[in-house]
Amino acid sequence: MVDLSTTYLGLPLANPLVPSASPLSRDLGMARRLEDAGASAIVMYSLFEEELREEEAQLDRFVHHHALGHAEAQTFFPESAQYKGRLDSYLEQLAALKSALHIPVIASLNGVSLDGWVEHGRDLQEAGADALELNVYYVAANGGETSAYVENLYVELLAELKRYVGIPITMKLSSQFTSVIYLVRLLEEAGANGVSLFNRFYQPDIDLDTLEITPRLSLSSSIESLLRVRWIAILHGRVGLSLAVTGGIHTAQDALKALLAGADVTHLCSALLEHGPERLAEILADMRAWMVDHEYASVAQLKGSVSQQHAIDPAVYERANYVTVLDSYTGAAGVRR
Amino acid sequence: MPAFHNPVTIDGNEAAARIAYLTNEVIAIYPITPASPMGEWADEWAARAERNLWGTVPRVVEMQSEGGAAGVVHGALQAGALTTTFTASQGLLLMIPNMYKIAGELTPAVFHVASRSLACQALSIFGDHSDVMAARATGFAFLASNSVQEAQDMALIAQAAALEARVPIVHFFDGFRTSHEVAKISGLDTDQVRAMIPEAQVREHRARAMSPEHPVLRGSSQNPDVYFQARETVNPYYARMPAIVQGAMDRFAELTGRAYRSFEYVGADDAERVLVLMGSGAETAEETVDYLNRQGERVGVLKVRLFRPFDGAAMVEALPSSARRIAVLDRTKEPGADGEPLYKDVIAAIAAHVMGGGSRFAAMPVVVGGRFGLSSKEFTPGMAKAVLDSLAAERPQSHFTIGIHDDVSHSSLEWDPLFAGDAHDGTFQAVFYGLGSDGTVSANKNSIKIIGDAMALHAQGYFVYDSRKAGAVTVSHLRFGPCPIRSTYLIADGQAGFVACHQPVFLERYDILDKAADGAVFLLNTPEAPDSVWDTLPRRMQRQAIDRGIRIFVIDAYAVAERAGMGKRINTVMQTCFFAISGILPRDDALAAIKAAVEKSYGRKGRHIVDLNFQAIDESLAALHEIDVPKEVSSRVERPLPVPPGAPEFVQKVTGEIIAGRGDSLPVSSLPVDGTFPLGTAAYEKRNLALELPVWEAELCTQCGKCPLVCPHGVIRSKVFPEELLTNAPPTFKSAPVLGKDFPAGFRMTYQAAPEDCTGCSLCVDICPIHDKSNVSRKALNMAPQPPLRDPERANWEFFLTLPEYDRAAVKATTIKGAMILEPLFEFSGACEGCGETPYIKLATQLFGDRMVVANATGCSSIYGGNLPTTPWTVNAEGRGPAWNNSLFEDNAEFGLGLRLAIDKQADYARELLDRLGPRLDDSLVAGILAADQSDEAGVRAQRERVARLREAAAALDGHDARELESVMETLGRRSVWIIGGDGWAYDIGFGGLDHVLASGHNVNILVLDTEVYSNTGGQTSKATPRGAVAKFSSGGKPTAKKDLAMMAMSYENVYVAHVAYGAKDVQTVRAFVEAEAHDGPSLIIAFSPCIAHGVDLKHNHRQQQLAVKSGHWPLFRYDPGRARQGRNPLHLDSAEPSIPYREYVESETRFNMLWRSHPEDARRFLELSQHEVTQRFHHYKQLAELPWGEVVADPGDEPGGKD
Repeated sequence: MVDLSTTYLGLPLANPLVPSASPLSRDLGMARRLEDAGASAIVMYSLFEEELREEEAQLDRFVHHHALGHAEAQTFFPESAQYKGRLDSYLEQLAALKSALHIPVIASLNGVSLDGWVEHGRDLQEAGADALELNVYYVAANGGETSAYVENLYVELLAELKRYVGIPITMKLSSQFTSVIYLVRLLEEAGANGVSLFNRFYQPDIDLDTLEITPRLSLSSSIESLLRVRWIAILHGRVGLSLAVTGGIHTAQDALKALLAGADVTHLCSALLEHGPERLAEILADMRAWMVDHEYASVAQLKGSVSQQHAIDPAVYERANYVTVLDSYTGAAGVRR
Repeated sequence: MPAFHNPVTIDGNEAAARIAYLTNEVIAIYPITPASPMGEWADEWAARAERNLWGTVPRVVEMQSEGGAAGVVHGALQAGALTTTFTASQGLLLMIPNMYKIAGELTPAVFHVASRSLACQALSIFGDHSDVMAARATGFAFLASNSVQEAQDMALIAQAAALEARVPIVHFFDGFRTSHEVAKISGLDTDQVRAMIPEAQVREHRARAMSPEHPVLRGSSQNPDVYFQARETVNPYYARMPAIVQGAMDRFAELTGRAYRSFEYVGADDAERVLVLMGSGAETAEETVDYLNRQGERVGVLKVRLFRPFDGAAMVEALPSSARRIAVLDRTKEPGADGEPLYKDVIAAIAAHVMGGGSRFAAMPVVVGGRFGLSSKEFTPGMAKAVLDSLAAERPQSHFTIGIHDDVSHSSLEWDPLFAGDAHDGTFQAVFYGLGSDGTVSANKNSIKIIGDAMALHAQGYFVYDSRKAGAVTVSHLRFGPCPIRSTYLIADGQAGFVACHQPVFLERYDILDKAADGAVFLLNTPEAPDSVWDTLPRRMQRQAIDRGIRIFVIDAYAVAERAGMGKRINTVMQTCFFAISGILPRDDALAAIKAAVEKSYGRKGRHIVDLNFQAIDESLAALHEIDVPKEVSSRVERPLPVPPGAPEFVQKVTGEIIAGRGDSLPVSSLPVDGTFPLGTAAYEKRNLALELPVWEAELCTQCGKCPLVCPHGVIRSKVFPEELLTNAPPTFKSAPVLGKDFPAGFRMTYQAAPEDCTGCSLCVDICPIHDKSNVSRKALNMAPQPPLRDPERANWEFFLTLPEYDRAAVKATTIKGAMILEPLFEFSGACEGCGETPYIKLATQLFGDRMVVANATGCSSIYGGNLPTTPWTVNAEGRGPAWNNSLFEDNAEFGLGLRLAIDKQADYARELLDRLGPRLDDSLVAGILAADQSDEAGVRAQRERVARLREAAAALDGHDARELESVMETLGRRSVWIIGGDGWAYDIGFGGLDHVLASGHNVNILVLDTEVYSNTGGQTSKATPRGAVAKFSSGGKPTAKKDLAMMAMSYENVYVAHVAYGAKDVQTVRAFVEAEAHDGPSLIIAFSPCIAHGVDLKHNHRQQQLAVKSGHWPLFRYDPGRARQGRNPLHLDSAEPSIPYREYVESETRFNMLWRSHPEDARRFLELSQHEVTQRFHHYKQLAELPWGEVVADPGDEPGGKD
């Protein structure tokens, strides 16, 4: 019997398959099915800073201050006592997940500004979150900001969140960093318990009929996991915090590669949205079968065994893909052209 | 120091509604200003499951009209429930039939009335006693409250007394005075309320209920033999009533320490001159009498609380025996009577006393009567004193008026506007000028609470609103003081210790410092730097500041708010400054209190907003500067005239004065006797609301005409004109060769905006479909900052107005481009920025304005259409235009039908006269008139020309018939009758009439501006409200579907019906209007009208229309009975099958999406139902539209039962 257990953010987990932030966690039934399928922990859907702000602005505009200043119509909406803000709904759902599930629940905060919203981390901790994922995505569209400024923003945000919570925090990062190792080290120094590589976001798309820009999000594919695998492999052994791969994990093969590269857990989202929670059990079974076939006793044994430090040709992780790919078309030495 | 027991800071409506809610089981409501908030409170408390005295949640039901509410009240009372309602004005009138029944059956109930003027020569939403006086014969008792405190206390006393006496009571207080006055009062706790309500009599009431367990007959029909006697059976109940009311007052006094009398005299015990009045004016009278007596006079005031049953003996007993001269003031007018009701009651009571040998008075006192305070006209200490002074004359004037200058009947007494007494020594008085939407009023209400809570001070707030909605001005009057505040009038000129101007543009419009007292503090929000502000103040203002020693503080509140991330919300900034410099509370305490209030109102739902507010509060102090007031006036700025000097005399002398805020000073003679006003006056009022204006890029434009179509204010126009007219054009005037083969060569097209009338809503830019190929953000129309454009564009606009109109007969009106060349006769309304209703009205005036007669239901459209000072309805160069009238809310369809019938009758009569006079007239002229085809513009014009010739011909004829013909011949020209109103009218209160008019077959055009909610009264649910929408009276989301008015109308088969949304398919809208008007029978256009009450910014107006259509919420179709007569299917669908989920539409509007946060399960259920409905309905319409018509319409002879 192979031992699939792993440790992530200090949490002992039964296996390395952790559903990532997705609508599945909005539904208790779905969450239970994930647990039944073998999920070892669950990352809740994100509490978006943007959504909270938009909600506040909408309430402010249309409920609190909807006055026209007209004698006959001083307001337009009844103020509902039952109105529940997104934050409150999130906390309720977090508490509900905690009581419905036996596995750890990782709450997810998604935002970027420093003006106080990370305080909500404390509410999440109080509502029972076992850890927090801080999902930051900053588009440095202002030409005056240096790379260091942007990196520092992440560090500051983490430091701010640390002021409010004592539970482990993992940072979900974007792939748009020049020096990933350096940044991860900075984050580790600032107290991060893990990093999760890499987030996927809406991309602006141009509607050719209206020439309007519309956000678009498509489900991931396995190929996307390779970028993550590379950076996990490079990080493994160079940093002390937990490592997670998120994005493009669809099969046991994808997950195994991530673990071999050095990930402590792999997150799943698109695969579960496409095929349902039970897909997780299939992936887990396939992983187990591969490990049995390849005579691995435990995840601990294989974890990081093909990291850059341990790889047969570590330089491949550093080499630019273009050369590598061309190289792969070069015939074996003994073959005549 | 006053002792407040259980202090609360609330307005009169809330004070009365709290008691009504606690002491009733069924509450039937219908919105009407200024009583709507009482119903809203009741509904909100019920939605929160708050319980009444008996621990149960009252059942609150909104009805289709006040008539309906009164019927429900009657029924619920008959079934034994404690039942109440709230209303005012016309609403009370609609309740009168049931009030006779309720009283006739001796049923205990209390109606709470925020008393308001009745619609006579004009509607008015403001306060007087016309409504309650009109109901005084119903058999109800009438109990008046004079203050917010009394609105609460009398509500309870009334409830107790009604139960004990079995006589129902109208408890009334002055609308917009007491109903909307925010005051700190002593609240009542539940135990006190319980102690007042007689449980035994509650059970007796229940025991009298109609019940099959002990059935009776009530409501019989009686004959001459017994009706009269039966009517007299109730006398003992009325005889007991005054004592019961006084008894309830006395019990109340024991419980609370607040003692009231049915007739309460205050003043000198030996007063010779006495005022008698009821309502809020009594407080001012008391304040004045107190002062005068301290000055050595001997005067008094009798406050009448129980007006019916009128206890004459008690009234006499309450007057001091020393009274020699009595002036009775009525807040109502009974034209043609020899005195108003209270006056006649008083005089009759005194006469009866004297005639009966009573000896209260040494001699019969002289009693005079007068009118005051109609429609919330100010009643000040100066006026109260003037009446008392007039009593000192040898022969005091009776039938006087006070508060106006009557130069027609010379009824008015003169008064000293500067007389103030000493009531405000030690009172802090502050006046704030704000913009309706900038939060000034809510901040001031909040300040009153803060000060009221923090200190043992009496507090009062009164708010004066604008009649327009876009860019509305609000003036807040706040008083704080150690003594009870009886000043039921506004802060007078020269009285305010603090004046704030929250919008720099007001300096141009109002004499802000007129209100300032000597040594006052003035706070100005201005973008000017502190060292240059002084020079921007008007000369008059500088003079006042110097003469009165006024300290001036300035802040750039918009900059502070912007920096704090609060956008344009300056209320917190200005409130902070008020507390910082007014000195009313210690600064730190005040700031802490503001912060606490912010936290309380936003709490968990808006922590970020709390932070932003805190930041704004902290930054405000740093940005606040006191400026030096120089010793000399240096400004070159003069306030501009309210209307241009070239305006017609009436506009200058009357309209302009009202615009300038000096309407109170207009004498009676300046006003029309019958409520008739000239059209086109909105054009004279330049409000300069827009921060940005649309700028036309002629070279990009394809001249589609969409921008003038969607402009809610008729600001952007197009004109086609001969090129040679450009010679005198201003240098920046733009035009381009007109495109399209419908126009002759050498003509040019221009699109021009009226810069000073634009509200900056940007919908014209939003609808513009043309993008610069190299820069998609640049359109053929773009917004640009107003200030540099104002002067050149004003010159361009003036030039544009000089260009001639294009020949109407040559325009293809079914195209947008063509229709938009036609001159709109509806312009610059005071509707909200981005209003979704006004484009439809404007379109109708473009197509038919020169022949329209309009019946307009009360509502938004009657307010932006006809609220003084100005009207957007206007005339063309020939002087023709829509003739407009607003009858009532409930009868608009019938009113419009009356217009049609009169026109048709007169046209018939004119044709008969033509027949009779035919031999004396030109045969071809008569034949031409009688056979005229007026179905197009050319035909209409030809007939007008023929009628003009007929007028000349008739003038030359002698005899009665010729004179008769002259008086009716204009009806021979085509008249287009339009019946316009909102969904509240069409779906609810006016539906019965609408239905009847549709069924009548007469040629009227009905335009329903469907905002799916009662917009004008503040967003209450109508039967047009869609399922799942949150609105007032549906705080848990409307559980039932929107009524399908179109389907109902189509069932009549002879009715033209169209469902339109101009922002989704403009051509369909234009076609529908043209077809509706052409249809010789009733036409109904149901027009989707986005409204700010939907909780979406109106800059997205078009997007919302498109989403509504695409989601299937608003299918577009036209049902034309004319097609059926041609053997074709009359129904034509103009929109495709729903192409987006219904959810995509509803989640874009606050009215729907807030339900997901309050009642998610219901929201989900409603969404599923609605999705099902829109799919089903579209399917149903599609099936109907696809029916093979010729085969379906069979020979009537084949109908079942048609043979044998």
